[in-house]
Amino acid sequence: MERPILEVKHFHAWFGTHEVVKNVNLTLHRNEVVAVMGPSGCGKTTFLRCINRMHELTPEARTEGQILLEGEDIYRMSPIMLRLRVGMVFQRPNPFPHMTIYENVLAGYLLNNIKLSRSDKDAIVEDALRKAALWEEVKNNLKKKGTFLSGGQQQRLCIARAIAMKPDLLLLDEPTSALDPISTAGIEELLQELKKNYTLIIVTHNMQQAARVSDETAFFYMGELVEFAPTRQLFTAPKDQRTQNYITGRFS
Amino acid sequence: MHLNSIKHIRRRQLISASIRGIVLFFTVLTLLPLVYILIYIIKQGIGAINWSFFVQLPRPVGEAGGGIANALVGSVLIVCVATLMAVPIGISSALYLSEHPQGRLANVIRFCVEVLTGIPSIVVGIVAYDWLVKPMGSFSAFSGSVALAIMMLPIMIRSAEETLKRFPTHLREASLALGVPYYKTIMKVLLPCSLSGVLSGIILSVARIVGETAPLLFTAFGNPYLSFHIFHPMHSLPLLIYNYAISPYDSWHQLAWGAALVLLCWILLLNILTRMIIRKWSVRY
Repeated sequence: MERPILEVKHFHAWFGTHEVVKNVNLTLHRNEVVAVMGPSGCGKTTFLRCINRMHELTPEARTEGQILLEGEDIYRMSPIMLRLRVGMVFQRPNPFPHMTIYENVLAGYLLNNIKLSRSDKDAIVEDALRKAALWEEVKNNLKKKGTFLSGGQQQRLCIARAIAMKPDLLLLDEPTSALDPISTAGIEELLQELKKNYTLIIVTHNMQQAARVSDETAFFYMGELVEFAPTRQLFTAPKDQRTQNYITGRFS
Repeated sequence: MHLNSIKHIRRRQLISASIRGIVLFFTVLTLLPLVYILIYIIKQGIGAINWSFFVQLPRPVGEAGGGIANALVGSVLIVCVATLMAVPIGISSALYLSEHPQGRLANVIRFCVEVLTGIPSIVVGIVAYDWLVKPMGSFSAFSGSVALAIMMLPIMIRSAEETLKRFPTHLREASLALGVPYYKTIMKVLLPCSLSGVLSGIILSVARIVGETAPLLFTAFGNPYLSFHIFHPMHSLPLLIYNYAISPYDSWHQLAWGAALVLLCWILLLNILTRMIIRKWSVRY
């Protein structure tokens, strides 16, 4: 079997004295989609942000244990190198307001001063926008500001911006929670497509979404990884009582 | 409807109308002196304005004509040098304040900025005299620029900080999550997004000090001849207005009025420029 793309070993995270993530162990292979679900405040977003070290922006954040990206300890890498390899899509669409759609897709290259030829740029933009299912809608408006788009389009633009960097792993933090139902359906459809080429970790509070898009599901509760199993199995025959309670809606 | 309640409504409408009238009256009252000053300066100054007014030097008393070329050049130079000095310091301080709003140092800086706002301009002039004119042994445009730069700082820092503070976290995270280092996030995302606010803050601070006289009295000092040397005494519009307005000669009074008009137009233009920049470049989050 090939080497897993992500291994999480005995991982803990604290904000100050508050332990937010408790002893998480998890292995993820290439081209898998993992949904991370759980009630609000269960540590799922924090866990996700630890994977590209965005949690370090919060003062007093502290971690213990290991996260290996293709065998390499991410806490020994420079966060900049790590984030070039691990893309992230946020809850709220956040295209850069001072950039055009075209520049937004290339933002990872432009902001890092990575020089590209004109034709490379065009190719990357078209490829990323096609993969993000946005190309047809914006191909004639690439010079417009990204903030002119609708919320759902903006979120797809942010996905395009992340996949333009050809990341090994893409983290999505409740990517549809700020969107209307129609845009949400669009993004979910897109996730189905992205599965073919990318390894995804999606944090969601929406169980249907987790069930629809993922191969495996991780259920977090009070900072613990309660259960991690193939999605079908977790939803039909959960092993843990707390998972059972959650998916049957006894608490949320 | 009850006759009584109709009466009641009428009464409220009447009160509402009279309040509106009172507010309007005081607004006009505020504008009145401004309009009067504008009209008066234009009326007095417009006669002095012609081509030679801009390109010639002042003539000795008794000779007709002459211009304010030395003061115009001096003002532009002194203000430019002051801006060049104040911008890096002001914008960096504003960045520090907006990036570390809670820090101990930030509080100290903020306090200093507040105090600086309240220091009378004549005192700033004296300080510049003590720091620069005395050690260098001569009055100089440079010392005037330093004094003006000090006056610019608080206005610039405040307005830039206000703009930079509004930069949303989600855009900062968007940049950092793309592997963009912190300093590049500042230079390529934060500052460009805040450009209109930062620029208009700079221009407003310029507009604020263009007409400052007191800090220049014993720094730039004044110079009846055209000078481009920033380490020598130099003339400037407010100094010229000050000197000529208190002189007993009518032709000098005329020049002072003309200079006042030029100064006024300059400040007006800066304000219009600010509005244009805000309209054109402001970024909505």
